[in-house]
Amino acid sequence: MAMLEVKDLEVAYGRVKAVKGISLAVEQGQVVTLLGINGAGKSTTLRCISGLIPPVVGEVWFEGERIDKLPAHKIVRRGIAQSPEGRRLFKNMSVEDNLLLGAFSRQDADGVKRDLDRVYGMFDVLRSRRHEPAGLFSGGEQQMLAIGRAMMSNPKLLMLDEPSMGLSPIMTQLIMRTIGELQSEGVTILLVEQNAQAALSLADRGYVLEVGRIVLCDSAANLLGDDRVRQAYLGAD
Amino acid sequence: MNVTLFFEQLVNGLSLGSLYALIAVGYTVVYGIIQLINFAHGEIFMVGAFGAYTVWMVVGSPTALSWPMALFVLLPAMILGGVVLSVGTALATERFAYRPLRGAPRLAPLISAIGISVFLQEFVRLFYRKLPGAPDSKRAIPFPRIEGITGHSLQVGAVAIKLSSVFTVVALAVCTAFLWYYINKTKTGRAMVATSQDPDTARLMGIDVDAVIMRAFAVGAGLAAVAGVAHGLYIGNIDFKMGFMAGLKAFTAAVLGGIGNINGAVVGGLVLGIVESFAAQLGNSAWKDVWAFVILILVLVFRPQGILGAKVADRA
Repeated sequence: MAMLEVKDLEVAYGRVKAVKGISLAVEQGQVVTLLGINGAGKSTTLRCISGLIPPVVGEVWFEGERIDKLPAHKIVRRGIAQSPEGRRLFKNMSVEDNLLLGAFSRQDADGVKRDLDRVYGMFDVLRSRRHEPAGLFSGGEQQMLAIGRAMMSNPKLLMLDEPSMGLSPIMTQLIMRTIGELQSEGVTILLVEQNAQAALSLADRGYVLEVGRIVLCDSAANLLGDDRVRQAYLGAD
Repeated sequence: MNVTLFFEQLVNGLSLGSLYALIAVGYTVVYGIIQLINFAHGEIFMVGAFGAYTVWMVVGSPTALSWPMALFVLLPAMILGGVVLSVGTALATERFAYRPLRGAPRLAPLISAIGISVFLQEFVRLFYRKLPGAPDSKRAIPFPRIEGITGHSLQVGAVAIKLSSVFTVVALAVCTAFLWYYINKTKTGRAMVATSQDPDTARLMGIDVDAVIMRAFAVGAGLAAVAGVAHGLYIGNIDFKMGFMAGLKAFTAAVLGGIGNINGAVVGGLVLGIVESFAAQLGNSAWKDVWAFVILILVLVFRPQGILGAKVADRA
């Protein structure tokens, strides 16, 4: 059974349906990517899995248990962390306070200490400036902090919402390399991206969303070679 | 104005301001998290004073305690009673009057707050009238004398400082220190700050936002109860209407300092108290309430973010 299973999910903001019946699965240890342009319903799907918005219809299953009725803070405790779109750091708090908030649900002080070291090991700039307010950092550094903060809950499933948004190509590469490292450490990742090239070269599988529906789903290698994907998302003619 | 008078008014202003500040924190903490002006908060302050009074009644209305007994046993027990009653009342109003309206248009909880305010005033008035041995709750009730504080003054040069003034200012200092520690140094305090900046992201951190909201109400109510006791000692009596004007003044203080900003509430309270004292001294003291609301209007027109500016979440 897949680690995460989303079945026939529909999510609405008021009367506007942003997600119109999608189903997807993430296997343990995989990197799965959701592709699509703005407004396709990618972020809404993640927000619903995290428990920030309830689904209108459909189910979310995690490790064999249904979680779509749980409040967000309990979903974090089950082992799903999200680095949200736009990073959403606590900007006037220090780097370290941001990271410790990421570990809010944990009781194991030793484990938190170890994961703090692990995040600082991944992103050296965060360690050297750990007492500075998060808002003073560059976009790329803030993205590192946002990913690090999500890692601090020691999640089984890490969901990243457009980690490359607004970053320079070099920064994007760096962030993608980091995601690759997490992947090789065995972290299961659900990655939402507009940068289809970068996402597909990392991912095991991909889903393509259009206006709230899944229009394609295949292995990342096949999607990279798919004409429709190449035309719509990879800028090939 | 001579120097003695100046310092006397300054002390008066600081005492009054400390009361406003203690109440103002409750407005600002709750506003910072759910953007609700809790207009029933003045009544939470009043309930705190009555809670303390009730403890005194329950232990047999002692009047002739030695000062160590009064100061170190009776007074702490009264403060505890006030805090318990205020916090309990605040949590109940949050649960039954505000939480069902979360997500409703902002006017709805505001009207609910005004309803709670009237309800609490009338409840206290009627309830205390029914109590055996209770004084007439329609009139002001003399607050119990605490030997060691009530009626004593500290002579500093030519200036006499009432010990109840000292108590009030010390109460603010102690509460502010605890609050600072809570907000900055404890995990749940950091969660409260995070929630006020960005509730959705706080939830993604695993923070139970409902619990944070309850804690915000509880913290505000606890400080308001301390203010209720300090008011009783400083002014000398309490009544069921006392929360109305004090609540509006404290709200003004919170806006003056910058609504949503805890330091601002303290600064705003002290500034308002001092301004009011000097305005009463220089002009006609009957006009002192007018000045508070002139300040409110001027702040709203010219500096709506207040002296220290609200800590509005930066949602990039």
